[in-house]
Parts: sequence; C-alpha cells; structure tokens
Amino acid sequence: MNRSLRPLLATALIFAIAYALAVMQFPSMFSTRVLGNFLTDNAFLGIAAVGMTFVILSGGIDLSVGAVIGFTGVLVAVLIAWAGMHPLLAFAIAILVAGAFGATMGLAIHYLQVPAFIVTLAGMFLARGGASVITRDSVPINHEFYAWISDLTIRLPGGGRLSFIGLTMVAIFIIGALIAHRTKFGSYVYALGGNPVSASLMGVPVARTTVAIYALSSVLAAISGIVFSLYTSAGYPLAAVGVELDAISAVVIGGTLLTGGHGFVLGTFIGVMLLGLVQTYIIFDGTLSSWWTKIVIGILLFLFIVLQRLIFVASAPGEKAAKA
Amino acid sequence: MIRRSLLKLANPQLLALIGVLLINWLLFPNFFRVTWQDGRFFGSLIDVINRGAPVAILAVGMVGVIATKGVDLSVGAVMAVAGAVAATMVVAGYPAPIAVVAALAVGLLCGLWNGILVAVLDIQPIIATLVLMVAGRGIAQLITEGFIVTFNDPLLIYIGTGSFFGFPMAAVIALVLMVVVTLIVRRTAIGLFIEAVGVNRAAASLAGIRSRMLLLLVYSLSGFCAAIAGIIVAGDIRGADANNAGLWLELDAILAVVIGGTSLLGGRFSVPLAVIGALIIQAMNTGILVSGFPPEFNLIVKAGLIFIVLVIQSPLASRLAPPRLQPAAKVPAK
Amino acid sequence: MTDTGYALEARGIVKIFGNHVALDKVDFGLKPGEVHALLGENGAGKSTLIKILTGAYQPTLGEVLVDGVPATLNNPQHAQTYGIGTVYQEVNLLPNRSVAENLYLGHQPTRFGFVDRRKMERDSKIVLARYGLNIDPSSELGAHSVAVQQIVAIARAVELSGKVLILDEPTASLDRNEVERLFEIIVDLKKSGLAVVFITHFLDQVFAIADRVTILRNGKLIDTKSLDTLTRTDVVRLMLGKDIAFSGATKLEENRPLGEVLLDFKNYGRKRSVHPFNLTIHKGEVVGVAGLLGSGRTEMARIMFGADAADEGTVSVSGTQTSISRPTDAIAHGFGFCPEDRKAEGIFGDLSVRENIVIALQGKLGWFSALNRDEQMEIAGRFGEAMDIRAASLDMPVKLLSGGNQQKVILSRWLATDPAFLILDEPTRGIDVGAHAEIVRTINRLRDEGLALVVISSELDEVVAYSSRIVVMRDRELVAELNGENINPGVIVQAIANHRDGAPA
Repeated sequence: MNRSLRPLLATALIFAIAYALAVMQFPSMFSTRVLGNFLTDNAFLGIAAVGMTFVILSGGIDLSVGAVIGFTGVLVAVLIAWAGMHPLLAFAIAILVAGAFGATMGLAIHYLQVPAFIVTLAGMFLARGGASVITRDSVPINHEFYAWISDLTIRLPGGGRLSFIGLTMVAIFIIGALIAHRTKFGSYVYALGGNPVSASLMGVPVARTTVAIYALSSVLAAISGIVFSLYTSAGYPLAAVGVELDAISAVVIGGTLLTGGHGFVLGTFIGVMLLGLVQTYIIFDGTLSSWWTKIVIGILLFLFIVLQRLIFVASAPGEKAAKA
Repeated sequence: MIRRSLLKLANPQLLALIGVLLINWLLFPNFFRVTWQDGRFFGSLIDVINRGAPVAILAVGMVGVIATKGVDLSVGAVMAVAGAVAATMVVAGYPAPIAVVAALAVGLLCGLWNGILVAVLDIQPIIATLVLMVAGRGIAQLITEGFIVTFNDPLLIYIGTGSFFGFPMAAVIALVLMVVVTLIVRRTAIGLFIEAVGVNRAAASLAGIRSRMLLLLVYSLSGFCAAIAGIIVAGDIRGADANNAGLWLELDAILAVVIGGTSLLGGRFSVPLAVIGALIIQAMNTGILVSGFPPEFNLIVKAGLIFIVLVIQSPLASRLAPPRLQPAAKVPAK
Repeated sequence: MTDTGYALEARGIVKIFGNHVALDKVDFGLKPGEVHALLGENGAGKSTLIKILTGAYQPTLGEVLVDGVPATLNNPQHAQTYGIGTVYQEVNLLPNRSVAENLYLGHQPTRFGFVDRRKMERDSKIVLARYGLNIDPSSELGAHSVAVQQIVAIARAVELSGKVLILDEPTASLDRNEVERLFEIIVDLKKSGLAVVFITHFLDQVFAIADRVTILRNGKLIDTKSLDTLTRTDVVRLMLGKDIAFSGATKLEENRPLGEVLLDFKNYGRKRSVHPFNLTIHKGEVVGVAGLLGSGRTEMARIMFGADAADEGTVSVSGTQTSISRPTDAIAHGFGFCPEDRKAEGIFGDLSVRENIVIALQGKLGWFSALNRDEQMEIAGRFGEAMDIRAASLDMPVKLLSGGNQQKVILSRWLATDPAFLILDEPTRGIDVGAHAEIVRTINRLRDEGLALVVISSELDEVVAYSSRIVVMRDRELVAELNGENINPGVIVQAIANHRDGAPA
C-alpha cells in the first residue's frame, strides 16, 4: 500500500472512532445541526489550513497565517466602514495585498536561502503590526451585503443549516485538492517537498513555484480573514492569534508529512474536522475545560510525528548526517 | 591582551545597542536620567534592563540550541507552564523555595523532552519543539485550571519585581545566568563542542564528539532558562496567566540570538552578545513607548530588523562582500 | 579533424575555477550508437566535463557541438532540448511520487488544464514495457528497488532527450544481476542509435559494455581509444599515469624488522560496503592501500575507524579482542582518521586553526577537563610548527587556508592526541607540491617513531615510496597483499586491473 495513505487512514480511523464514541455518549452530536455548525465554526481554520497544506507539502512552514487573517479582517472592515467601499471591492483589494505579501515572503525564502520559519515570522510581525497600526480597536462591519450573506444558508432536514462560509470552505478544499493532485503546479509542490535538488534537475521552476506557494498561502489566509469577518461581523487586529499553530496541527494530524512531499488536501479536511470534534465534544461535555483542546492537539501532533517517523524512516533519502 | 579585549568590546551589537539608546535619547531627552527612590533606581534605562530580562534569559538558553543548528519554539509555552507550577504550588500552601525548585525542575523536564525528540528520535528541531509549543499552554491551563492564579507570596514577587542593591531583581538574575552559562560553556569544552557540532556534525562525529549528550544538554538548558523567565514573569504580575505568559517570546528570543550574531545554520555563538541582542530589542520597545508611538509599532520594527539581519547573513550578501582574505563575517561590520 | 559523425562533440574545452585549471584543452567526441566510457580518478575532470556537456557549467574556452553544429547549452533543461539527457549516480528522481509522474514531471499530458493522469499512466506502461519493466505506473517510486529507479531515470532521460544519454556511475549501488539487466537495456538503446556516455569505476563493466574509452588525468585528455586495442592493465596504467618501465626503480625499503603486532582484523567486513578482509598491522609500518575509486578503499578505512560499524569479524588491539563500533571507541584505542573529503568530514570551516587542531584531543579529554586558551595555543603552535602550517594566525578560520594547510591541520589534530595508529585517506589529493612533500615527510617520520599507519592513495609513486606493505582493493574486496620486491607500480597496476591478466612482473 502507498505509504502516504497510512497516516491518512489513521486520521480517518481516529476521527470515525472518536465521533462514534462521542455520539454514543451524546446522541445529539449526530445531527445535521451539529454537522452544519462543524463546517461553519471551522470554516476560517479550514481555509487557512488548505494554504498551509501546500506550504508544508513543499517542505516549508508559514507562521504568518494568523496575522494575515487578522490583518485582512481589519483592512476589510476599515475599507467598508471608514472608506465606504463595497465589500466585494474590499475583498478584492485584501486578496491582492495578501498575494503580494505572500509572494514577497516566497521571494525572500528562495533568494536569501533562509529557513521559511524565520521569514514568515517576520511576516507575522509585519502583518500584526500593520493591522494594529491601522486600528487598535475592533471595527464593526454593518453592511447589508454582510447581512445578506449571513442569511444565505441551505436548510438541512433535522434543523441543520449549511452556511455560505461553511460551503466556501468545502469549495476551497475541493479546489485545493484539484490543484494539489491534478495540476502541474501541484506536482511541483510535491517535487519540492520530496527533494528540491532532484526537482530542480528535473526542470521544476523552483523560484516560481516557491513564490506561488507562499502567495497562495497568504491569499487563502486572506480569504480566511474575510470569512472570519463574515463570521464575527468585525475586524480586530488581534483576531486569530495562534491560528497558524492550529492550521499546522490540522495539516499534520491530517496525515501530511511535516518535512514535506507526502500528504493529501483531503487529509487536512479530516484533520480540521478532528480538531472541531474535540472542541465540540468539550462544549457538549460541559465539565471539561477548553484547555484540554490544546493538550489533545499536542498529543495527536506528537503521535502523528512519531507515526510518520516510523513509516518514513526507512526511506529517508540521502540522510548523510553521521550518527554520533 | 588588554587591547584585544577592548577591540572585542567594539562589536557591531554593542554599537547597535548604543545607537538605539542614543536615538531614544534624541526622541526623549530624559532617557538616560536615573533616579534613586525607595531604595532602588528608576528610569528608562533601568526599565530597559528590567523588561528585557525575560527575553535575555530565554536567549541565554536559546543561543546554545541555535548554535547546534536547532531551534526551540516551545520556550514561551514552557514559561507559562513554569509560572503555573510555581503559582499553583504557593497558593496550595507549599513554601516558595520548593515551588521555585519544582517549577525549574518542570522546565528542565520540558527541555529534556525536546532534547530526546531531537537527539534520540532524530526529529527536526522545529517540528519536535512544535509539539510542546502547542500543548504547553494547555498543560499550563490544566495546572491553573483555567484561572489566572494570583498569589501574594513575597519570595515570588521579589523574584519578579524586587531589587538587589537598587537594581531590578530580574536583570540581576539575567546577568548572573549569563555569566554562569558563559563560564560553563567557555571554561569547559562544551562551548567548543557545541560549535563543532553546529559547524559540521559529520566531522564532529569523526573527531570523537558525541553529539547526542550535547543536544540533550542544550535543550535542557533552554527549558531551564524558560522556567526562570516564567517565574520572573509570574512574579512580576503576581499571578500565572497560562494564556499570555511568554506569548511570542520564543520569537523574540530567536531574534535576540540572531541579532547576537549566531547564524540560524549553527556554529559560532556568544551568550553575552545574545543578551545584548535582547537588550537591543527591548531598547527599541521602550523607545517606541516613551516617544509616544503605539506599542504595535514594535512588531513592524522587529519585522524590519529580522529582514535586515537575514539579508546580511544570506549567501547573497557574502557574494557582494569583498572576496577572499576577509573572513566571511556573520555580522555586519557597519 | 572531421566534424562529421559525432552526435555530441567537445573541442578544446578549458575550464578554470578561480586559479585552478579543471580541464585543459580537452577534446571529446561521441558517435551515435556507441557506448563511450569516460574514466579517470577523482579530480581528473570527469565530472567537470560532464557538467559542461549537460550545460550545468559553461566552458572557459572551447566549444560544444551537437551534430556538428556549435551549441550553447545554458542549463541541463536546455541541453535536453538538444537531445542530451543525464542520469546521475544517486538517482535524482522523486521517491515520494508515482513512477508515471517521475517519467513525465514537467511534461505531463494535460486535459482542460488538468494533468491527464490516465493517459500519463497508460503511456508510462508502454514506455516501461520497452525497458522490460512491468510495474504499476501509479505506484510510489520509492517503493521500488534502486535498480528499478535507475531504469526509470534512464527511461525519463531517453524519453525527454533521445539522442545522447549520459550515465554518471549508474551502477554504483546495484548488485550483479541488476547491473546485467541495466546493460541489456543499454545495449538495446545503443542498437536504436543512441549515443551513450558511461562513467564508472568498475573496469569489468567498462570492458563488458563500452566500445571506446576516453581517459582523463589531472584535467588533461590522456587518450581516446577503442577498447578492442586495450587490456585492463593498459587502462589502469593510463588512468594512474604509470609506465611499467618505471617499475623496479624503487626498492628503497629493505626488509626492516617488523615491530610487534598492533592491530589484527579478522574477517572484518560490513554488508553492502566491504567484503570481509584480514589485515594485521604492526607498529612502525605503513600499510599502503591501492585501488581505484569505488574499490572499497574508503569503506575499509571507515570500518577500521568505527565510522561505519563492522557487522562481521573481529578486531584485536595489542592482542586483546575489542569492539570498535563508533569513532569514540577507535579514538580511545589511539586511532586517528583523516578522511578523504576534507571539507565535508574533516575541517570545521568556521572554527579557528587552533580549535581545529585541539578538537580531537579535547574530545578525548571530555567536557570538563578543558584545555584553556594558552594550552590550546601551545598545542596548536607546537604542531602547527612541526607540520609547517602556513597561517597568518592560529585564530583565523581554517576555511581560509589552502587545501594543503587544511590537510596539515587535520593531521596535527590527530598527532595532538598522541596516536598509535593513523588512517590517512588520500592525504595528498588536491594540495600543492610543498604541502605534498611535507605530508610525505611526516608519514615517514611517524613510521620511524613507531606509529602504525594505513595510507590510501592513488598516487602509486608515493605509495611505493613510503609503504612497508601494500594491500590492493578491487570490487570492495581486499584482493592482494604485496611485500618486498612486489612493491612496485607495475605489480600494483596489474593487481588493480586483474590478477589473471598476466603473471606479476
């Protein structure tokens, strides 16, 4: 069997078992209402995690995601509330700004030959700082377009609702999966994560692909920020602090190898849902506190890192580091 | 010999620190004024060393890790854990010294855990320490049961806010730690071995250096330093805030180390210069605050700083620098 | 000089790096439908020539012609458009992707902007069948053996280029059956008119598959000949630059009384690395190791030093059986090792000359009995002077020194540990004449002081001059041990080439 599939199957299995156990304890968790809210509540995380999947597949990491979400929320809110722009125009501007921002990070990573984490760390500081310089307070958005979108829902039998933002996330996952698994760009991403030297010898345009990957991640973070502003009807510079860690966790728990080259966009979807399940369970339980979420995520993260280590250790190519 | 050490003092980091302080002075003429009040010094300069202490302490631990080509992302979370342990124990009635020792031990254990993942399981440092970065805050909240645990224990408060011969206790601890760690790494062979492993692990292995113990040591030290910083921060606010204690400080610590001239690719390191790096960051923070800019400006300045340091350290820059003869300096000469 | 008939030709190629001449007016012509072996020791200029032919480097002087027409090859992708494809020693494909994707990456068939995976896998199946591979094109490449991966790499190179195939040590990690399979494929490709450049260290393989051979030495073209006219001995002689006539001239060492036995390796070996060998080493002797690159000589040194652990056999030090599975074990017994690749495994580039010299001694002393600065200066100064290390200061980074001085630094590092046994892997490669002489002098001095040494070198004159005994490696096996008058270049060349290729001189 394909080695990449093993962590994915593990995730799917863990999700199925965990969900079954949760439903046994709280039968009401098996309802369209809960499932619909699953999608809505995790939409912004899911969208950001799609971008993170591409970054991690290519062997990089993007710590700026949470900050870009916060920045986009503020930018959109300010453009709509203060400058009186139509939300769609504001969205377009935000996405363009984020794309340029991500592309710049990609350029720095490629041409300065420095680790991605430090470049995207600078990006995180810049985006958070930029957002806070625009405004230090929460900026409410009161626009009929926002109200209209919030009402765009599909009613499901059983009282559940599929919201616009939940569906947006699903659509982005589908598009993301198509790009990752069905386009040349997608194969370049995997190639970079597998072995950048081989990739370059085989004719992969390394610079262009790197820039595109980080631009994509920032654009998706911006869309995530827009979704977050739809979700909260406001823009706040300190919104989504730490979302990059949740996104990284979702990607890894979803079976993507943290060192790159192996994984599936669909896996990230299951990873996000698993994180959502942990949160929902804790809410249903009522006696457990929310900090358990982080501990459970940490444990899952550790288990998956060790699992990947075990699955891939035999075939780590060109590991020359001498054992001391 | 004396001239040598004088020359050594005139390094770019120290010049940068003096430069930042001078800019602060231009923006805020009272910057250098230090007054004596209630048995301690007051003033912006004192504030810089006091506020800069936690990051300086983290940097003392982080510098060894980065010198081995690693990184420790978990120090902020470990700070929260250590603060939570100390606070919860004194509130539960344990004597403060025991609480402090327990918190330090927990920090050491966290560091050892990271070290085991890196040295024994051979997991890349950034990934290995991510686990504790994510889970650490949850553990801290588990200990504090989700509350901000406040306390009135005089010893903990003294560690966070007290003064020692008029100087802030936090700064004194940072200074002592810096001196002790510097002596340990430079008076033993540990410092040389760390650099050797960071520069060329294959050659180090052939020269008979066991890198595994060394890695366990540097990650443990990083955890230990994080615990000290965590206790100081808790003592400062008289409580343990699992959510916010040490938030993003791991990034400041990395930045301090990089400003201090240690390459992220490992090799040469200097503990005192990393501490100066922390002071540079804090001096800019303080400067921005006293001159009336919003504190968020800090983040943008830090981003710019990272960018400058990266450009200077990048292969691109060394290609542009005068070729040959000149040792490839890791740090800007100007 | 006719320019007809060559698929790919290089004329008067000169390549200069800094002030080092890597290639000096080299001509190379490749005919369609031939397998052309390119031979030479490390530093001969093989890889530089290959990189020029594939567009990875630009020649300083001279030109590359494709089908008789001058061509400028900007990079390997560009060379591919001229029909030149390359397969590298370490399979440079993506083990994490499917076989089909490895065949077509960058050229995948698309439909409506999406990769047409079904067509890609169908096409792959057809292509793979031509190479006798019946594997699932959607399977992960890494799941297959190195041999299959190598064939996939060849298939990719041929599919994408189709005129010239450059094989850079493709057999290095294959076993005998796999090599045969690969050769069948090469023969088929040759029949279809492809021109093949074949680089290897295994002479058997050269004679088994190649039609002509070009030999380089020290950046110069030695000769291009048809293999029909050559014997193995001829080839080795051309590669190592030894005239048989030279032999017999060097019997400097009378049979000196042997010192007591220091080391005894019995059936010592490591799977997939070196066949078990027996070797006894006495105090005060130099055991020279001769053999071509890839003959297992470096692997043997690494096993002796514990850099790779032996998985069979025993070793005794001074008569006591012991275990050496890590460098620290070896160092505790008084071993020292100067590796072949100075830069990657020897020096600590950013550290000072002083630190580079004391590091092994300090490693022996441990963490807590640190040498202080003055002691370090004293040790470094003493050995630096004894070895005549030319450095402006002992505190300057060692990476700024010349190769010869770096080698002296590494040698000093081990001498500082007061060793009983030193392993030197190509100690004189790529260093200037002065340093060369100094190192040879040091080897002689150390032997006279009673040290045991194992010295690996492709410089036969040199090995002959200082060795008390010579062991010859071929195909990862210790195949001969030469004593007394057999220590002369002629015998060594024949031992390297083949035992049976005529009786020893």
